[in-house]
Amino acid sequence: MQRRAFLAATAGALAAPALRPAPAEAQSASRAETLLLVQEYGPNSMDMQGIGASQPVNGVALNCYDRLLSYKKVPLPDGGGHSFTLHALEPELAESWQEASDGMSVTFKLREAKFHSGRPVRAQDVKWSLDRAVSIGGFATTQMAAGSMEKPEQFVALDDRTFRIDFIRKDKLLMPNLGVTIPYVIDSETAKANSGGDPWAKEWLKNNVAGSGAFKVESWKPGVETIYARNDDWWNASKPKLRRIITRDIPSPSTRRALLERGDADVSALLPPKDFADLAAAGKVKVVGVPVPNGIWYCAMNSATGPFTDVRLRQAVAWAMPYEKIMQAALYGRGVIMSGAEGGPTTAWPQPFPYNTNIEKARALVQQAAPGGITTSVLFDAGQATVAEPIALLVKEALAPLGITVELNKVPGSNFRGELAKKNSPMVINRFAGWLDWPDYYFFWNFHGSNSIFNVASYQNPEMDRLIDTARFTSDAAAYEAAVKGFIGMAQREAPVVPLAQPLHDMAMQKNIGGYQFWPCREPDFRAFTKG
Amino acid sequence: MLRTVLSRLGTALPSLAGVVVITFLLTRVLPGDPALYFAGPVASPEAIAAIRAQLGLDQPLWTQFAGYVAALFRGDLGTSLTTGRPVVEDIAARLPASAELTLLGLFIAVGIAVPLGILAALRQGSWIDHLCRLVTTAGVSLPVFFTGLLAVYVFYYLLGWSPAPLGRLDSFLSEPPARTGFLLIDSLLAGDTEVFRAALGQILLPALTLGIFALAPLARMTRAAMLAALSAEFIRTARANGLGGRTIVFAYAFRNAMLPVLTTLGMVFSFLLGANVLVEKVFAWPGIGSYAVEALIASDFAPVQGFVLTMAILYILLNLAIDLLYGLIDPRMRKVA
Repeated sequence: MQRRAFLAATAGALAAPALRPAPAEAQSASRAETLLLVQEYGPNSMDMQGIGASQPVNGVALNCYDRLLSYKKVPLPDGGGHSFTLHALEPELAESWQEASDGMSVTFKLREAKFHSGRPVRAQDVKWSLDRAVSIGGFATTQMAAGSMEKPEQFVALDDRTFRIDFIRKDKLLMPNLGVTIPYVIDSETAKANSGGDPWAKEWLKNNVAGSGAFKVESWKPGVETIYARNDDWWNASKPKLRRIITRDIPSPSTRRALLERGDADVSALLPPKDFADLAAAGKVKVVGVPVPNGIWYCAMNSATGPFTDVRLRQAVAWAMPYEKIMQAALYGRGVIMSGAEGGPTTAWPQPFPYNTNIEKARALVQQAAPGGITTSVLFDAGQATVAEPIALLVKEALAPLGITVELNKVPGSNFRGELAKKNSPMVINRFAGWLDWPDYYFFWNFHGSNSIFNVASYQNPEMDRLIDTARFTSDAAAYEAAVKGFIGMAQREAPVVPLAQPLHDMAMQKNIGGYQFWPCREPDFRAFTKG
Repeated sequence: MLRTVLSRLGTALPSLAGVVVITFLLTRVLPGDPALYFAGPVASPEAIAAIRAQLGLDQPLWTQFAGYVAALFRGDLGTSLTTGRPVVEDIAARLPASAELTLLGLFIAVGIAVPLGILAALRQGSWIDHLCRLVTTAGVSLPVFFTGLLAVYVFYYLLGWSPAPLGRLDSFLSEPPARTGFLLIDSLLAGDTEVFRAALGQILLPALTLGIFALAPLARMTRAAMLAALSAEFIRTARANGLGGRTIVFAYAFRNAMLPVLTTLGMVFSFLLGANVLVEKVFAWPGIGSYAVEALIASDFAPVQGFVLTMAILYILLNLAIDLLYGLIDPRMRKVA
């Protein structure tokens, strides 16, 4: 123990040579101001806008860069921290903003802030960053387009501190889409100076952070660890409480759990649901679970080809689905069940469908549609097998008595997306979570006739498309409500997709860790953590 | 001697060329499309096509191959998409970690297996022979991830004797300047005993886990080879001439028994270097095996090719080293070579 204290003191002294407090103070300060987070894998780049950026890169974007605006924090019911609402925006780099009277543009006033390089944040930097996001291709460009930001001409730097976005159409998702981890503001001069001729400095920004955010990356060893250090010149007066964040990549979930239970790690992300359930039950550490907004585990049935083109068979599966067993044996209770709704659709999403486990109804429907029974297969991602495999087994077991024989088709991540793109799998077990928490956003990706890769059921219905498009672009509240209830009701009747459960996003942490903040990107916010 | 080395290296060149061609073709034939994987969740077909073009995957196969070989001659193995860094750097950073762990594991295995095998052969049917049988059976039948997790559970979680399985070094310590890439050696060169002790603490448990696994073939081979040597006629002659037991066992029997043991040792070493993925996962060891497996899952071609090529080169060097050692042990081999 003494060795540890000595090491901590040494590390603290090295980390903050300028401050040099008395040795005893340094000891307690460095341990108390450092957070050790263990995760399955770390970032593969420092540039979330770049092609091929992995999920943890969102964390770099969130903590090391700032955006124009952010979302209002909403306390979690059990006091474990905060979630957010996309319906109330908060200033971040933009001090204030004003929509034009014709409703076709918005003008932002930027606050006085400095990049890590010491250069001031200017409207030209914002323009360059947003230009980059809509031009660079891949995920960043697609995400920008989801808020009707498609062309660099839409972004105008009026002077150093004033910035305007022109709308190509009225889209309620434009403003909220400015708070996700794509349109962050990059130090454009520094990036261009190091770009080596590439107009978007892709290679340099992949390896370097040029932001104004609350944290800097102190060291990055891909596959091993990433260390973040607090930016003491951050514009926000309420500075992060923690001076240093160490994130270590620990692939084995058992090891992550052991580290947490022994008290060597402060926070652990992404454990299998069973581990979270055990940890929550044991009570030694704190487990914070947030129902993933706009996210569900579902079973999709191909309504364009194969046996499930017959709606009666899809409904039969919806009636046969063992919802309760799936919740207990696959998710270990770490979710919200999606069955047994009564009283018609509401405007909430996700919401339960009006099916529950009723074998008699299921059998009657199968008798009508396919009295001889069918043989089919269910596809799922090996990378999600911890949850998807038990679900698939339970589905197979539940459908067998109906004469529906199901074979399991488990494929690794790189093939899974290819299989989805082929659009010929009869059944798929998968999860989807949209960043922008609107039912029409979810339905556009999952049920619209434009048939994106996420319309796993390949569901095509002009009436469904009309309702979704109405909801996306109407500004009339009543029309919106009617359209949303309309498409949700249609999905419930037609059952191309059977929602199984809304998963919880779980984080486990020591009891002295507070301030957990959940954002759409699901990566932890280091700015909010406290340790005491 | 030098001529032997050179001629052996010359004959290895065709194998290397074969490895280059086969890994290139195999990675292309495997199902899975890296462009789809890296295009991100909501990519349009145009975005996927753009990424495919950026990765050069829209080129005909022979153009891709020519580009790959040309880069290879410049010492460029390409860039990993999963870590975002050049494969050469990744391998250079990870190979020493794997090599250090494997060598220590093998060292432990040899330290236990050879004496155990010799004693078991000398006292056939005694308790030590039974112990040898028990240990070897357990070693082969317990999967490494199980022994690894069990070790973590007992020595870290329950007893608290071992430091947290966080990889090569505690987060609060800084690595010594890299000279060999082996933390144990680098820290001693830098005169930093604190880091040395910390690194030793971290490596002990995974090395032990590997050691238990590697022990079985070595102990069995030692025992069998010793039995064969002890029953040979020259041993009977030596006994008849009244030589001491110690001289007979070590100078005559063991030296002859060492050849098959050495062969097994080479096999086990090269196997362990790339195949200890599970130990690397359990102990968060930043080694080369887990690197290759993760790249394979993501259809990330460059690291897979780089890994196979590195392994092939290591294998060739290792076989060469073992052949040269044969010569030292067995004078007859020198004549043949």
